[in-house]
Amino acid sequence: MTSLDITFLATGAVTIAAALLAVTTRQLVHSALWLVLSLGGLAGCYLVLGAELVALVQVLVYVGAVVVLVIFALMLTRAPIGPSAEHSTSRLHRALAAVLGAGVSALLLAVLLPLAGREAVARTPVDSSALAGDLFGTWVWPFEAISLLLLSALIGAFSVSRLAGGQTGGPS
Amino acid sequence: MSALELILRAASSLAMLLVLPLLVGQTEHKVMAHMQGRLGPMYAGAYHGWAQLVADGVKFVQKEDLVPAAADKRVFRLAPMLAMVPYLLALAAIPLHPGYAAVEAPASLVFVMAATSIGVLGTLMAGWASANKYALIGALRSAAQLLAYELPMILAVASVALAAGTLSLGGIVEAWSPWWLLWQLPGAFVFLTAAVAELQRPPFDMPIADSEIVFGPYTEYTGLRFALFLLSEYAGIVLFSLLFAVLFLGGWRGPLDDWLGWAWTFGKGFLIALILIWLRVSWPRLREDQLQRLAWLWLIPIALLQLAITAVGVVL
Repeated sequence: MTSLDITFLATGAVTIAAALLAVTTRQLVHSALWLVLSLGGLAGCYLVLGAELVALVQVLVYVGAVVVLVIFALMLTRAPIGPSAEHSTSRLHRALAAVLGAGVSALLLAVLLPLAGREAVARTPVDSSALAGDLFGTWVWPFEAISLLLLSALIGAFSVSRLAGGQTGGPS
Repeated sequence: MSALELILRAASSLAMLLVLPLLVGQTEHKVMAHMQGRLGPMYAGAYHGWAQLVADGVKFVQKEDLVPAAADKRVFRLAPMLAMVPYLLALAAIPLHPGYAAVEAPASLVFVMAATSIGVLGTLMAGWASANKYALIGALRSAAQLLAYELPMILAVASVALAAGTLSLGGIVEAWSPWWLLWQLPGAFVFLTAAVAELQRPPFDMPIADSEIVFGPYTEYTGLRFALFLLSEYAGIVLFSLLFAVLFLGGWRGPLDDWLGWAWTFGKGFLIALILIWLRVSWPRLREDQLQRLAWLWLIPIALLQLAITAVGVVL
């Protein structure tokens, strides 16, 4: 085992453990905080594999913006300290969610494990300009489609909040 | 890179984090005092109170470390470190002299932005875990503010990266020319404003407005943990001042920069820090809706305009 292997395993283990804790903890805000660790761990995995820019953007977008937004929304609504019983689901739901999660993981593993091979983790540095070339050349259509999807979601959210505001009582 | 060099680099960036904020803090004490017709600290350390902040530090260490009974204890204890460490990481990537930065990364600009964006989490965790209504309100305000000002800042920074054609801070300084002072002026204005807002300093100190919500997210903190929050605020001033100097004022560029490059960087950074102190003394606090309006209706359009101007300049 090379040191790169060990680093990759360690960051991977942190990512998986934090992800499991994020979905199993009974405390809402803790769940969001474990998500931070999990996404940060994923950035660490990218970094070990040499994709520096992807790792940094992962931290900038997911940790710095998305999770902060999630925590902000939690604090705006209700986020008591300590376990919150009213957000807990029934045993049956939990068992079903576990089966579904395990099923999806098994499916993904069945596809990905044969591709992984047995050789050591290799560090292949990715050049920023090569990445930009791929993103805005080869993959430009999916990229634009995602931006359209996000835009329509944004407009949808606006219209929903406007309509709801109109029913409850005039414009603020 | 040998182990010795690694340790030396880490130690020097830690020393920067521990010394420069104190320097800025002492300057703030004195400059603010003189602007307000006072003397400021005069006794600690005998000569014009130079050791005032050292004495403050000693005082903070001696204070009892209290955790409120209703608080989420682990998150409460973790928050100050999380507020502090990102600035340490970001400071390490700032180039000080031709070829000298504690950490040299090809995408160091993105690295600095990513590191500073984590700092919000510390404030949010502090506000939520304190189990105090003032802390929670402060954390909400600070999250709303930081999210609103993150976007114009990133856009202004992107404009500089576009102009230089590189994501490396060292490369940006290499590509800088005095003509940028005019070309990137709107971006510089947006960046400076957004930096003051990110630091939550007056006039953008709604999240910690002491006359309304005690001390916002940091209300329940005492002793060393409180000092860590203060230190991270001043480390933030150092970071954003140096970053402004590197991005918009050409960092180490200047006469005799082969020898005096580091002095140019620090000198320009110190000038920006003085401006930040000056802003604090001269502006009243902005209300929450004024803050949001400034960010979304003024700074973001200006930053987008700057991006367009830069793109035209690059293509021509």
